[in-house]
Amino acid sequence: MQLRRDSRLNIHVQGWLLALPAVVLLATFTHIPAVVTVIDSFYSTPRGVRRSVFIGLDQYQAMLADPIFWKAFENNLLYALITVPLAIGIALGMALWVNRRIRGRTALRLAFFTPTILPMVAAANIWLFFYTNDYGLLNQIIRAFGFANVNWLGSNATALWSLMAVTIWKEAGFFMIFFLAALQQVPPDLYEAARMENAGAWTVFRRITWPLVMPTTLFVAINALINAFRIVDQVIAMTGGGPNNASTLLLFYIYQVAFSFWDSSYAAALSTVLLLLLGTIALAQFYLLDRKVHYR
Amino acid sequence: MKHFARIAAATTLAASLMASSAASATEITFYYPIAVGGPITKIIDDYVAEFSKGHPDITVKPVYTGSYQDSLVKAMTASKAGNAPDMAVLLSTDMYSLIDDDLIEPVETLAASADDKAWLKSFYPAFMENSQSGGHTWGVPFQRSTIVQYWNKELFKAAGLDPEKAPGTWDEMVSFGKKLTKKDAAGNVTQWGIEIPSSGFPYWLFQALTTQNGAILANPEGTKVAYNDPKVIEAAQFFADLSLKHEVMPKGIIEWATTPKDFFEGKTAVIWTTTGNLTNVKNNAKFAFGVAPMPHKARGGSPTGGGNIYIFKSKDKAKQTAALAFAKFLTSPEKAANWGIATGYVAVRPDAWETEAMKTYAASFNPAIVARDQLKEAVAELSTHDNQRVTKALNDGLQAVLTGTKPAKSAMDEAQAEATRILKPYQK
Repeated sequence: MQLRRDSRLNIHVQGWLLALPAVVLLATFTHIPAVVTVIDSFYSTPRGVRRSVFIGLDQYQAMLADPIFWKAFENNLLYALITVPLAIGIALGMALWVNRRIRGRTALRLAFFTPTILPMVAAANIWLFFYTNDYGLLNQIIRAFGFANVNWLGSNATALWSLMAVTIWKEAGFFMIFFLAALQQVPPDLYEAARMENAGAWTVFRRITWPLVMPTTLFVAINALINAFRIVDQVIAMTGGGPNNASTLLLFYIYQVAFSFWDSSYAAALSTVLLLLLGTIALAQFYLLDRKVHYR
Repeated sequence: MKHFARIAAATTLAASLMASSAASATEITFYYPIAVGGPITKIIDDYVAEFSKGHPDITVKPVYTGSYQDSLVKAMTASKAGNAPDMAVLLSTDMYSLIDDDLIEPVETLAASADDKAWLKSFYPAFMENSQSGGHTWGVPFQRSTIVQYWNKELFKAAGLDPEKAPGTWDEMVSFGKKLTKKDAAGNVTQWGIEIPSSGFPYWLFQALTTQNGAILANPEGTKVAYNDPKVIEAAQFFADLSLKHEVMPKGIIEWATTPKDFFEGKTAVIWTTTGNLTNVKNNAKFAFGVAPMPHKARGGSPTGGGNIYIFKSKDKAKQTAALAFAKFLTSPEKAANWGIATGYVAVRPDAWETEAMKTYAASFNPAIVARDQLKEAVAELSTHDNQRVTKALNDGLQAVLTGTKPAKSAMDEAQAEATRILKPYQK
């Protein structure tokens, strides 16, 4: 009896010991900072001799009245709304294409995947030159077709959309890999059956392929959504949030408040809002993945 | 095993000896950013090596900390973690932020000897405007600049203008610009008359226009701004008119980083940028170019820019004394001259221009003198408490005017209201 209890205790200890490195790392760099951030958002920013005092919800009230926060929020929603479906659509299209037996298939797959390998800042700098006014690649092309020069990153109307294009270009190749793996999981006998029924290509896609890659689509959609709210590097590298906050996104604004304005408490309040938003998306993922998307 | 133990003992002994010898010397950390081209790290390392020869009791540890923005982030976070650098080169406009966070020591409290006092008086007054507040001197001018015009003499000649004469007034900016702006058969502009960058920190270049129009953007205490002064609104209108009405400048936001490249490519005949770009332009322009002071309206003039040396608060007085000694070394006439020649920054004190090295350089490269001569008309760069937020209000307003989204008056009124709101806690 004594022996059995010992060994059971031992198993628990062993289990915890095995999990310990991961628990310590996650706690130190993720969970504790997150909790501290939420607590900090209820205090004022300490400045020199002025100590931090409890101010309750003041930061959140200031946030509601902050036009730049709303602009960033609005921009970010639009960003997600446009980039997520487009990136998924293009990724699925590319996956369907390179899944067929065509010549140079490997080279094509590699080509589609290349943007993913590049570091974001490097990619942003390449695109910076595509978008450059007057002699940038894009302007040279559209001028060759007789259109007028566009100051892509320098006007209110185009700055945010120009950033979106970079995101789609960069993410589609990455998501393609997931779809490719999913497509290869689809049992070939289903396609054979469809062929025997003389089903058209669209029917095959709608009735077989699309339902069967649905779990992947959802997984990709959630990740794309989370990524859309985590974009900061290309904003810093390409527009600095300008002109007049036209391309300011949430995380960039948080960075600015924290490390340019040194208003750490307001930054903590903004981070808390972002944290809640991302947490909700992640919860939705678990909920939906467990239920509605599997083909039955 | 015995052998191993002996080695271990010897190592411990050696380590403790080294530690004790290091303790007798004062070690100071020096943060510095790099904002211009050239082998800056090597130059700084050479300065440190030379300094330690003259001061064997001081060990300087130079730390390259990235851009100005990165350097401020590192200095601030290190200070908050109780590990502040002993001295750092940071933007002169960061002064109020550093004062408000109680991080820096007024230099005059350390520099008490007659020699030290003379040293503090040796800099150009224009540079000291951004280094003093509330009766204290908080920063020592080190890598400072102003805005100048660079013009392409060949394009001027091709347009039938005097290649030796840059635009000298606002009217000439427009009239020269109209001659210099070229279009192709389809009506697309192939060459612009002028480019004034407006990305990132448009307030700085805009401040040249407001200065020329006779306005001062902030009070010396850094507690009030005058963004909606009629002269400021007029300057904003002129800035926007250059592109929207006169069509001599590209529309929308002009990227700071690509402006020199546009100039090298002949896409624009005139650019406004920092004197810190002088060496860059000298090395890359494949045509005859000139450097001119800012044009006049009510007056001439430009804001100063660039970085000061700050000495951080510390309980260890020996470290602060050592930091002061190194700051004095870096800003000696010889070093100021050497630094100016190597980088293109304006040598920060008049007697640096009397050194042999600087005389030779200035004689062979006339543009170097333009920035110095402009100093008598220079004003302090816009700097207030909660500086980045207050300047962002102006930046946002300006970009709205430049992109044609808001009229100048309402944009500047909004910027003023926002800045006043932010500055309220400091107006006591």
